[in-house]
Amino acid sequence: MTEKINENGKTKIRVEDFNLFYGKFQALQHITIEIPGNRITSIIGPSGCGKSTFIRSFNRMNELIPGVRTEGRILLDDKNIFDIDPVELRKQVGMVFQRPNPFPKTIFENIAFGPRAHGIRDRRILEEIVEKSLKQAVLWDEVKDNLNKSGLALSGGQQQRLCIARALAVEPEVILMDEPASALDPIATLKIEELIQQLKEKYTIVIVTHNMQQAARASDYTLFFNMAENRAGYLVESGKTTDIFTNPKNELTEQYISGRFG
Amino acid sequence: MIKNIELSRKRFAVIDPVKHLRRRELSQKIAFALIWLAGLFAVAVLLLIIYYVVSNGLKVIDLEFLTTRPAGGVSGKGGISTTIVTTLYLVILTIAIAAPLGIGTAIYMVEYAVELSGKKGFLTTLVNLIRTSVEILAGVPSIIFGLFGFAVFVSYMKLKFSLLSAGLSGACLVLPLIIRTTEEALLTVPQSYREGSLALGTTKWQTIFSVILPSALPGIITGIVLSVGRVIAETAVFWVTLGGSYRLPKNLLSSGRTMALHVYMLASETRAFDKALGTSAILILIIIGLNLAINFTSRHFYKRFSGK
Repeated sequence: MTEKINENGKTKIRVEDFNLFYGKFQALQHITIEIPGNRITSIIGPSGCGKSTFIRSFNRMNELIPGVRTEGRILLDDKNIFDIDPVELRKQVGMVFQRPNPFPKTIFENIAFGPRAHGIRDRRILEEIVEKSLKQAVLWDEVKDNLNKSGLALSGGQQQRLCIARALAVEPEVILMDEPASALDPIATLKIEELIQQLKEKYTIVIVTHNMQQAARASDYTLFFNMAENRAGYLVESGKTTDIFTNPKNELTEQYISGRFG
Repeated sequence: MIKNIELSRKRFAVIDPVKHLRRRELSQKIAFALIWLAGLFAVAVLLLIIYYVVSNGLKVIDLEFLTTRPAGGVSGKGGISTTIVTTLYLVILTIAIAAPLGIGTAIYMVEYAVELSGKKGFLTTLVNLIRTSVEILAGVPSIIFGLFGFAVFVSYMKLKFSLLSAGLSGACLVLPLIIRTTEEALLTVPQSYREGSLALGTTKWQTIFSVILPSALPGIITGIVLSVGRVIAETAVFWVTLGGSYRLPKNLLSSGRTMALHVYMLASETRAFDKALGTSAILILIIIGLNLAINFTSRHFYKRFSGK
């Protein structure tokens, strides 16, 4: 059964009966879902229900962990990502992590690193990419005079926007965000949320969040994950964010969003 | 609710903080004094050695001593010019052999061999073997490396007593040091750098070369500088692989004499003990200089990376 959550948009990612195992432990079971393009899809659920594992499957980051095994398919524009070279896939599917992780390089080098790795050598083109990416990440005005400063010298919120700019610089189609604001203060969080709203015009965004208000405020669609009795994560309910938060169909979803567990 | 306040106060008074205060403070003072003395003693001995060698050595050090070559024979006449140059050659040769091998091994063990963890097979066994060997090699007395170098490079490979034999043996000596320091430096690079880089669609090698190695560079440099110090200070290995010619080596197959070796030969085979001290003084100054260089570079890198 395919869960339809998108009435009018185009499906960007289609997950078909996806299972993931860490060794013998099953972390995700029987997940089938379509994720619409140019929309923000948030994933909520209690700790340990596999939200992060799930989005880290989209760019095959889980494969860095020894002993991970997957079953089922994940289609990106109708192409199975497990048939694409992970290096090529990760260029199309960018990622922003929970803790800001700029490289110990200058702001300029942090952003130019990706394009350069993909073969762009011309300094002028690199400069254009850096400026464009920083503007998209709404960081340009704050750092334009200090592009040679270390990325680590920025504040936490700025560092996270730098990481978003860094991801944008390789021109991905999908951006995965794994609790991108959980290490930030409320004002920096708000800035990131505003930024995400602007980005959905060009990108498909999947965001894991622990913060239900954030999901309600900032996303178009919501997936609610829970842990089964064998501790594997599964998809409980999915739909438009407004529906999930105002009129949840599943009792568990209702209990979770009203704060009775999680 | 505490019903009997008097009783609860009494209970508290079982441990009287003031009672043994004097005695406890006294024992603390004695402990501090002993620790201080131990530290002071170690530093004093070190300073005494440096003072003795440098102050006695300085008497023979002048421009002529530094720029003329040893005269040879039992008189110990002449300077140390060729030994300085030979030391420099040997350091460069040894590091040129050991650094790429050592850094490569460490990269393999930290960045690639992790994929094998949990699996069984030939490669896993090999990696564990390398790791154990490195640890054992680090503790092997240097004369053993010398004998190994003599047997393999000097005799079996017929490289004779030469810079090349000595460089190869010296490389064996410092290899464990370079592997271990590089391994440690790589392990301190946060996993988030690797993930952040790979998530941009870079290959593993691009990630290692452009993100991980630069971050680990201060540690790697420290390891190399320590190895340089080790080569400069080493006598046993080179005693049996480099020969002892006081002439300037003409090529890789020439014999030669490093400063440390020269000190040993002067002290054991000639009457020129003052010149042995003079050479030692220069050795000590070089080692001190190297340590300052490590401090300086690591501080420099720290500043650059932390953006402060």
